[in-house]
Amino acid sequence: MVSSGMDTDSRQGEFRRFALDKVVPFAEIHDRSQKLSDRIIPDLAQNGYFAPFLPHRWGGASMDMVTYGALHEELGRACSSVRTLLTVHDMVAHTILRWGSSGLKERWLPLLARGEVLGALGVSEPNVGSDITAVEMTAVADGDAFVLDGQKKWISFGQLADLYLVLCTYSGLPVTFLVERDRAGLSVEPIEGMFGTRGSMLGLVTFKQCRVPKDNMIGRPGFGATVAQTALGLGRYSVACGAVGIAQASLDACYAYASGVTRFGALLKDHQLIQQMISDTITDTVAARLLCRHAGALRESGDFQDIMHTFIAKYHASTAAMRAADRAVQIHGANGCSPSYPVERLMRDAKIMEVIEGSTQIQQITIASLGFQEFDRQRLLAGGDSFGQPSGGRPKHQLALDTVSE
Amino acid sequence: MSEYKQIIRQFFSRFFRTDELGDADDVFAGGYVNSLFAIQLIAWLEKEFKIAIEDDDLQLANFSTIDAIAQMLGRKQGVVVAA
Repeated sequence: MVSSGMDTDSRQGEFRRFALDKVVPFAEIHDRSQKLSDRIIPDLAQNGYFAPFLPHRWGGASMDMVTYGALHEELGRACSSVRTLLTVHDMVAHTILRWGSSGLKERWLPLLARGEVLGALGVSEPNVGSDITAVEMTAVADGDAFVLDGQKKWISFGQLADLYLVLCTYSGLPVTFLVERDRAGLSVEPIEGMFGTRGSMLGLVTFKQCRVPKDNMIGRPGFGATVAQTALGLGRYSVACGAVGIAQASLDACYAYASGVTRFGALLKDHQLIQQMISDTITDTVAARLLCRHAGALRESGDFQDIMHTFIAKYHASTAAMRAADRAVQIHGANGCSPSYPVERLMRDAKIMEVIEGSTQIQQITIASLGFQEFDRQRLLAGGDSFGQPSGGRPKHQLALDTVSE
Repeated sequence: MSEYKQIIRQFFSRFFRTDELGDADDVFAGGYVNSLFAIQLIAWLEKEFKIAIEDDDLQLANFSTIDAIAQMLGRKQGVVVAA
């Protein structure tokens, strides 16, 4: 059941207090050290923030998607690396809940809900980015098991995860498996020196003759991309909400700075060009938050159009975050370019939001295509030619859109 | 049940032209759709027909054609669907 706006606002206050107390003090440290503080995971677990949407029977909080979005907004506002930890973990938990066998649910969901096992998603590869149909990692059947070979790259929290959800091909068909960290043939190499969300402990995960039981398969061969889309759909929503948090954090920083710094005999906030930038950021942020809440409500209701609206929310929120952080650095001047203020970190983190869970360009292509589909449908319903041209003027096959990755 | 097939066809028409699509035509092999469509189809089927599609149902044989989807719906709702 979707919580009322008042419930969500109340919970958002609780999430904000947690973030201010437990996360904000470490955000800069995470960025510099390229790893998370040891306290973060126990604190998140203690508050039930790992996969809180899981039903009570699996140890979750049965949290609705709008409230979940508010949680990820507040964590994104505090530290994008911490929000990323929950994003990748929750994608695995969500996918097991949605498509896992009863045995996999029994085994993993309680552990994931308690944060005792950390999950990570493996879709991207050294030669494969946004085109998930081009995955090269293979699975070969061998008795009651499958043998996996390949690599997964840019895996957020790949260094820390205990359980990976990976997309492979089996006899030319996409298929997904859960792979435990301690499986023979699995190795992880840290990826360091990233531009943003630097505490996300990225890994290059290599599978070399890595044998996994058949029971670790999620879904069936042929539906691997659909299973991956289940994970990515949640991830896209989480990233969108986290991007709202970055935009809000940029605004927070601007309010504080412009209220305390004097230039040309007046506080910065009294300069009209500063006010213009602030007003643009306020408007961008409010719009992004509303789009996220709308997408969250659709996700919660099970409406198939949640996909379209999550794309729209992610596209707007991630680009809004980048604009907000850019303006924030500009308002802070040279101070904004230094690590003495948080806005340069926010700008680097915002850029990552435009790349992960489907780049801005992938969102644009998908949104436009879905828009044209709806336009065509409306014309058909109105009784006209669906494409406004003589029959046969357009190929019947839909443009392939399987190009949405983490 | 032809009613199922008609409703499924109407849903398909939101995404691609269905005037040349037969009830037995494979929409996946025919290049009509992709995984984004599949996930929307599943969500729609669950909500529209108040059924739960679970891991065992995720097989191409259940989703590849209008006939196959109608058969699956019939099984889940206890209705015999003519091929």
